[in-house]
Amino acid sequence: MTMRIPVSALIGLTMMAFFFCLAVFAPLIAPYGIGEVVGDVWEPMSAKHWLGTDNIGRDLLTRMIYGARTTIFIASAATVLSFTLGTLLALSAVVLGGWVDMALSRFIDLIMTIPTLIFALVVLSVVPTSILILIVLMGLLDTTRVYRLARAVAVDINVMDYVEAARLRGEGTSWIVLREILPNALSPLVAELGLRFIFMVLFISTLSFLGLGVLPPDTDWGAIVKENKEGLVYGIPAALAPAVAIATLAISVNLVADWVLNRTTSLKGGRNA
Amino acid sequence: MPAHLILLVIQRLALGVLLLLASSVLIFAGTQILPGDVAQAVLGQAATPEAIANLREEMGLNEPAVSRYLKWLFGAVQGDFGNALTNGADIGASISKRLGNTLFLALWAAVISVPLAILLGLIAVRFRNRWPDRLISAMSLATISVPEFVIGYIFMFFVAVKLRWVPSVSMINDSMSLMQKLQSIALPVIVLTFVVLAHMMRMTRAAILNVMESPYIETAELKGLSRFAVITRHALPNSIAPIVNVVMLNLAYLVVGVVVVEVIFVYPGMGQYLVDHVAKRDIPVVQAAGLIFASVYILLNMAADIIGIVANPRLRHPK
Repeated sequence: MTMRIPVSALIGLTMMAFFFCLAVFAPLIAPYGIGEVVGDVWEPMSAKHWLGTDNIGRDLLTRMIYGARTTIFIASAATVLSFTLGTLLALSAVVLGGWVDMALSRFIDLIMTIPTLIFALVVLSVVPTSILILIVLMGLLDTTRVYRLARAVAVDINVMDYVEAARLRGEGTSWIVLREILPNALSPLVAELGLRFIFMVLFISTLSFLGLGVLPPDTDWGAIVKENKEGLVYGIPAALAPAVAIATLAISVNLVADWVLNRTTSLKGGRNA
Repeated sequence: MPAHLILLVIQRLALGVLLLLASSVLIFAGTQILPGDVAQAVLGQAATPEAIANLREEMGLNEPAVSRYLKWLFGAVQGDFGNALTNGADIGASISKRLGNTLFLALWAAVISVPLAILLGLIAVRFRNRWPDRLISAMSLATISVPEFVIGYIFMFFVAVKLRWVPSVSMINDSMSLMQKLQSIALPVIVLTFVVLAHMMRMTRAAILNVMESPYIETAELKGLSRFAVITRHALPNSIAPIVNVVMLNLAYLVVGVVVVEVIFVYPGMGQYLVDHVAKRDIPVVQAAGLIFASVYILLNMAADIIGIVANPRLRHPK
């Protein structure tokens, strides 16, 4: 069977590849150094500075490329953390059942009663802000949503005959979680992965925009909006560049996630496609 | 109202109170029992040991955490949140004024977005899979993919700066008339409307489609009822609960969206207050504001559940 990728997904994949290349090869691509002041304040676009310069005369394109690196790195790391932790907790809760499942699920419900952003702000008022802490905080807060989804998927799989068979032949909990349930729960979870990643990009951008995320000398897209927002009042669109980048990345990931989701739902018929 | 329905509502109310208590524990624990010393975190690395000892004394950090929590909670219930660390101002007084401003903003956003979302949701269902539906879906996908502050700045740049229709900063004070206030908050209200509209539309569309595809609608159509009768007698009563639920969930979402929008437009509300004091590490203020945001969120969710219970015809007429 040849795999046909719809145009929308293809566009999404291309854009995603573009952004990830920017992130990985930032120091090679960027025309100037990250903190290098190379011109006047808020110079317009020119051949020398493709996107113009920022609020203290740094090359905006360079800032954007390094910003892509930080934004994508933090969002990816936090997504990996929330996915690993959320899935493992959910699958263990389902397999162990009883009070473990009960206690974990109620605890997750409790965390979810407080809006994520508010919770993050409360915690960030005490802990020192660093990239590692941001990743851990965002990852842990989002674990709740992954847990709920993974639990819902795993409850269905847990009652399948092959899981029962594994239990009867005396396999341990870790075997049942990792070898029986996880492989079968993976495809719906992968479709969700893209959506969680977007959420992380939006989340870190919002925190940085509020001045509570990535701090100088590092920068990310949210921080670039914050640095250049005063310019908007004078009609200087520098702050819109990262805004457009965030939107483009989010939409392209959405397009790919939609395609993966459609593929996995069509697989649910049970054929080994 | 039948007795079992009252029982259900009372159960839900009790659960709400329990959740409020639990969330206050979480917020308190989130700021107090974290690794590291709060006084140290507030004053920074350069602080002298004496200054830290004084602050510990002032914040009552030498008492056990449980008694501090109880003291804080009893104060909070009576509206006494203590004083801000940064300027010593009474937190309760600062909050009450800002909370009013925030609710004013959120109220107008709700007044515009709720009817609009339901209308657009209905249009999407009516023209399902045709171009109005596709257009609405595409637009909601686009707005969901974009953070609130991006929508905010795009509007500010084009509407306030380029076209000069409204001011780019939303100052508001008591001496302004209602019309002046409304003009001042026009832009933030539009942005907030955009932020919740997409979610609300999608959820309304899904809720109505869910009802329209039920077997009893098909039965009603097959027994020859007119389209109008099918909708008013069968579809509408069953859609109220899911739609009210959608509205309430999005009002709760609005409460959080307001934080970012207030910062964008420098609006003197709760969100700006919270963000400012997080940066200053003013923990009593953060706790108070966090608790209020969380409470509003929980109360709205609880209201959604209760209206859902009361409006559900299946629960009203038990077998």
